Amino acid sequence: MTTFSDPYAESRETTEGRVYSVTGGDWDSLATEIGATKEERVIVNMGPQHPSTHGVLRIILELEGETVTEVRCGIGYLHTGIEKNTEYRSWTQGVTFVTRMDYLAPIFNETAYCLAVEKLLGITKDVPERASVIRVLMMELNRISSHMVALGTGALELGALTPMIFAFRDRELVLNLFEMISGLRMNMAYIRPGGVAVDIPSDAIPKIRETVDQLRKNFKDNEKLLIGNTIWMKRTQNIGYLDLAGCTTLGITGPVLRSTGLPWDLRKTQPYCGYENYDFDVITTDSADVYGRFLIRMQELEQSLRIVEQACDKLEKLEGEPVMVADKKIAWPSQLSVGVDGMGNSLAHIRDIMGESMESLIHHFKLVTEGFRVPAGQVYVAVESPRGETGVHLVSDGGTRPYRVHFRDSSFNNLQATSAMCEGSMIADVIGAIASIDPVMGGVDR
Amino acid sequence: MSDEKGSFGVSGTGDTSGYGGLVRTQVSPGSSERPFGSYFDEVADELERAYPEFNAGIERILVDRNELTLFVKRTHLIEVALMLRNSETLRFEMCMGVDGVHYPEEIGRELHAVYALLSLTHNRRIRLEVALPDGDPHLPSLVEVWGGINWHERECFDMFGIIFDGHPGLTRILMPDDWQGHPQRKDYPLGGIPIEYKGATTPPPSERRSYQ
Repeated sequence: MTTFSDPYAESRETTEGRVYSVTGGDWDSLATEIGATKEERVIVNMGPQHPSTHGVLRIILELEGETVTEVRCGIGYLHTGIEKNTEYRSWTQGVTFVTRMDYLAPIFNETAYCLAVEKLLGITKDVPERASVIRVLMMELNRISSHMVALGTGALELGALTPMIFAFRDRELVLNLFEMISGLRMNMAYIRPGGVAVDIPSDAIPKIRETVDQLRKNFKDNEKLLIGNTIWMKRTQNIGYLDLAGCTTLGITGPVLRSTGLPWDLRKTQPYCGYENYDFDVITTDSADVYGRFLIRMQELEQSLRIVEQACDKLEKLEGEPVMVADKKIAWPSQLSVGVDGMGNSLAHIRDIMGESMESLIHHFKLVTEGFRVPAGQVYVAVESPRGETGVHLVSDGGTRPYRVHFRDSSFNNLQATSAMCEGSMIADVIGAIASIDPVMGGVDR
Repeated sequence: MSDEKGSFGVSGTGDTSGYGGLVRTQVSPGSSERPFGSYFDEVADELERAYPEFNAGIERILVDRNELTLFVKRTHLIEVALMLRNSETLRFEMCMGVDGVHYPEEIGRELHAVYALLSLTHNRRIRLEVALPDGDPHLPSLVEVWGGINWHERECFDMFGIIFDGHPGLTRILMPDDWQGHPQRKDYPLGGIPIEYKGATTPPPSERRSYQ
């Protein structure tokens, strides 16, 4: 007996209660088929447009009842061919492309790429200290904004809405700083081979310090909400377990590796950009589960704030120093400045090259259109991104464009751990496990 | 590496710069002699001691820009990888991945697979490089040695057409399953369409007059 007619959800009364049959796809025939067999095994496609899969990620689940027996990830829905595209642009233009890979950690992509270009050029030691300090400052601010998304969306996907509101409120403060410094909130193309595009504004340091104090207060909101919260702990403790042996064989780095108790952080073990001169702790837990990774991210926020404060101190001492290498054959010729509509050429520079100096104009034109040459060879440079090791393999054939740019993206690699973390668990825990890996599909698919 | 002619990527009448007759020969770094410096001597010595077929399996050793590259023959790849992972004094527990590079000018060695290894125990990095002919792009899979290389090998197959024998499921990973060709090879066109903006038309990036 049909009680009401909804084309997508019909329901009828049976002797065993009300039964709903979902239509809109070929659910009817599927349901009949499943009903006819005695098997409990169902294969479910989750995503790529599912709100809980952390991006355009397709998860193929094989279920026995609610237990997951096999998980596979389908990726590639966000593949944009960035690596191929960079082979057709100059070395400097490459920054604008790679910043769009892992879009939650653009500064890390840019820094890794620029460190690799500088290593190929052999000018690593010539990068001014002020530029390195600004890079560290931007990276740590970026780590905060990235961890905020990881924590906020992770909680959201497990059904906790409020932490997401708090996290995005705090992330907004960091993005405001990015806008003030680089003119852009995301995909800044701010780090350039040889230094950074433009010095930080003169009033930036007090604003950063103000924001750091504000963030330190704000972080307490989420800590109070989640740390020790019974529901949160029941959803995250002993979920998504992956021990050290699993991490090493799968090449897992970042918070997932540190949740096994191994203090592996490239900022400490293989320092770059002068990280050896900063005082901070590497956070570890030994629970190797989702809760442990959540705690690590929470505490890394405070460590990042510490580094930001130290970077501010250093910048005050380095006031007025250059932010780009002195070599005019490499340094970007135009004098950029951040205006009301973002970063652009400074009018004084345009007036100079167009009206005063023919040589400056030629130099500007050559370096902007042709770019600099990079001696042939290859390098691999890695930085500690919020998700683990972001490695760049650059090959040069001696020309003005990269011969090959490859990003070893941490999300791409870490997403392989999904099977090891989820098989044998309940379907609801798959969401928590994937959220704890924190994959960013822009980086996975590139 | 190939020689470059002229200033622009054009031939015939397109080049008005006057540098059309310029020929630059690109020299890629060859091989290095001992001592290599840093921890590289230790790694090379230890591998030579532990691996009896060192001279047959390792084509050459290159130290460039403070990075060590071992050029390995594909027939010896698995043995070298196992040795690097298992030997206590080497202990490269992690493979950060493999990616391809296409050198169409290197006849008989067109495709290169480049592995980045990391030792957590000794805090060291090295690189393995294997060269393959385009006509026979087969390479033993290292999934049995480092499980995390699985997706990297699939990406390498997808983008360069290198076939990793013994891989548990060598399918395309980023491109659609029915895609033709391997996009990151040098002979694969970038594609793109001309863009019109304010009356002027700009050709796609691969067809623009460009510097080399």
